[in-house]
Amino acid sequence: MAEVEETLKRIQGQKGVQGIIIVNAEGIPIKTTLDNSSTVQYAGLIHQLVMKARTTVRDIDPQNDLTFLRVRSKKNEIMIAPDKDYFLIVIQNPSD
Amino acid sequence: MEIVHVYTKKRNEFGRQCNFSDRPAELHVDILPDPSLASNFIERDPCDIPIQCTQEMSEHEVNTERFESDTRGINHVEGGWPKDVNPQEMEQTIRFRKKVEKDEHYFSTIMQLGSNMEHCIKQNNAINIYQEYFEEEEVVEESEEQPSAKTINVFRDPNEIKRTATCLSWHPDGSCKLAVAYSSLGFQNISPDMSYDSYIWDIENPNKPEMTLKPVSLLVCLEYNPKDSHILVGGSYNGQIAYWDTRKGSQPVEMSTIEHSHRDPVYKVIWLQSKTGTDTFSASTDGQVLWWDIRKMSEPTERLVLDPNKKGNLDNALGAISLELDYHFVPTKFMVGTEQGLVVSCNRKAKTPAEKIVCTYSGHHGPIYALQRNPFFPKNFLTVADWTARIWSEDIKESSIMWTKYHMAYLSDGCWSPVRPSVFFTVKMDGTLDVWDFLFKQNDPTLSLKVCDEALYSLRVQDNGRFLACGSQLGTATLLEISPGLCTLQRNEKALATAMFERETKREKILEARHREMRLKERSRSEQSKDEDTKEGDGEESVEELATRTEAEFYEIVEAELKKRAKEQEKKVRRD
Repeated sequence: MAEVEETLKRIQGQKGVQGIIIVNAEGIPIKTTLDNSSTVQYAGLIHQLVMKARTTVRDIDPQNDLTFLRVRSKKNEIMIAPDKDYFLIVIQNPSD
Repeated sequence: MEIVHVYTKKRNEFGRQCNFSDRPAELHVDILPDPSLASNFIERDPCDIPIQCTQEMSEHEVNTERFESDTRGINHVEGGWPKDVNPQEMEQTIRFRKKVEKDEHYFSTIMQLGSNMEHCIKQNNAINIYQEYFEEEEVVEESEEQPSAKTINVFRDPNEIKRTATCLSWHPDGSCKLAVAYSSLGFQNISPDMSYDSYIWDIENPNKPEMTLKPVSLLVCLEYNPKDSHILVGGSYNGQIAYWDTRKGSQPVEMSTIEHSHRDPVYKVIWLQSKTGTDTFSASTDGQVLWWDIRKMSEPTERLVLDPNKKGNLDNALGAISLELDYHFVPTKFMVGTEQGLVVSCNRKAKTPAEKIVCTYSGHHGPIYALQRNPFFPKNFLTVADWTARIWSEDIKESSIMWTKYHMAYLSDGCWSPVRPSVFFTVKMDGTLDVWDFLFKQNDPTLSLKVCDEALYSLRVQDNGRFLACGSQLGTATLLEISPGLCTLQRNEKALATAMFERETKREKILEARHREMRLKERSRSEQSKDEDTKEGDGEESVEELATRTEAEFYEIVEAELKKRAKEQEKKVRRD
């Protein structure tokens, strides 16, 4: 329990990190450092995106699976680490 | 000109006209059954017939009503909460969340994901993987490759007795065909077995010419009409001009009448740019430049005699070997290169024949085999003659502004590259092709290539500047491809070439001015000395006084002589 906190704090302390969200498989945000409305928005949208990405990878090669997803945009980068039951979403402002 | 090709077929060749009419039904044949024929046949027993016992099915296609499907995303506002948790109530949600956080599985998953994530974050912080390097630099790199040329195809004269390939002309659109004129330029070198044919080759097929042109006498020059690619005009050894239509066959469509043609071989024929597209003009060593309209070849439309004294005297005329007309520049001015080494610049639109010849440029020692304006700088032109190639500026009439060194072999043809203002090509009698780039090197050719062992007589560059064809003494036309470095416009090339031409022109102008000054000085000095002589002459006596003086002198001399003789006589007497 404490280690989870520690990990998250460490991630939060990295340069450029704007926010962290942990979402479960149903799309419920478990833990977040952003405000509620953004969290809910992120959780809902990213959940769909990850599902789509995963099915895409699986369709091309059934043996394959999605391990990480990075969405780079003009303003920031959204990094998603998916798992069977939970997602870890981090929004970072890349260093330039 | 709207060149119209008329396809004709006589009415009586069409065949008989069909006339349809109504008729009642007619019974042609009625064959009744004949039982006696049955004896020729036996009944078959048993018969083998395959049958199938399946469900009968039929296939039927139906177009149903359109079913519209649409893909939409759902905005997940908030949901997924288990049934017992009410998302609006904060307490319940917090309780739920806390429960999840206690989960062992949650713990391990997050640890693992967390480490993964940290790695990526650190990666991001370390280096921007999407950074654009070399954004500002130009994409086009200048490849510093060696200039080279490569032979692609060789077209040999299929006849046994080989003739010289004296002129080449590329097909105006697409340049997939090459017309080659074969003749023998040696004086009375034509044997009776020599074929008179000239050929049109397809570049892809060097084994057999695509089409043969059969003139009445050997063709010395041949040109495609740039407006209509089916028409070619050729000048022949006996002075006649003929034109061909490739749709109509190998024989010339029309030839000029012998009385009105040239008296010497026609060395160059060029198409003019006119509304009808049927005007050409030709030059020959008999000293005339004749204008023709190919629709009426019985007589030239205009005639110009290259008499340097501007009197139209044919005996005095200079023999013309090359012609140049740049219709993008000024369609009425043209230049003629002569056998005597002079380039004559003429104006077609002048009122009197005397004014037609505008000026001459001298400087070559031998006949000018090639004459061409620079496609980018029309004021400068290239001449190829004797052992050098020279570049001239229109304003400087006394000498060329740039010239190559004297080579070991005679230069026989040359032309500018149509894509690069500073590149030109020359061919020599020892079978080499030289590519000159005067922005790169001025003393030597940039590339010198030995094309064949015999002499090369003609050269033509295709409009894209990439391919060139050269014709040799044994009738072999070689097609070469030059490296892209020599046929792509380099940066600043136009500006540099302009600067170079201007500099050389200025130099020549200064030299010319200086020469003129010196000549003036000489003249004034010689005039001055003449003045002094005449002054002394005034002091001299008139004729009578001159006579008296001469008499007196005569008598003095006579007396002196007598006295001398008397003295000698005395000496003789005394000795004796």
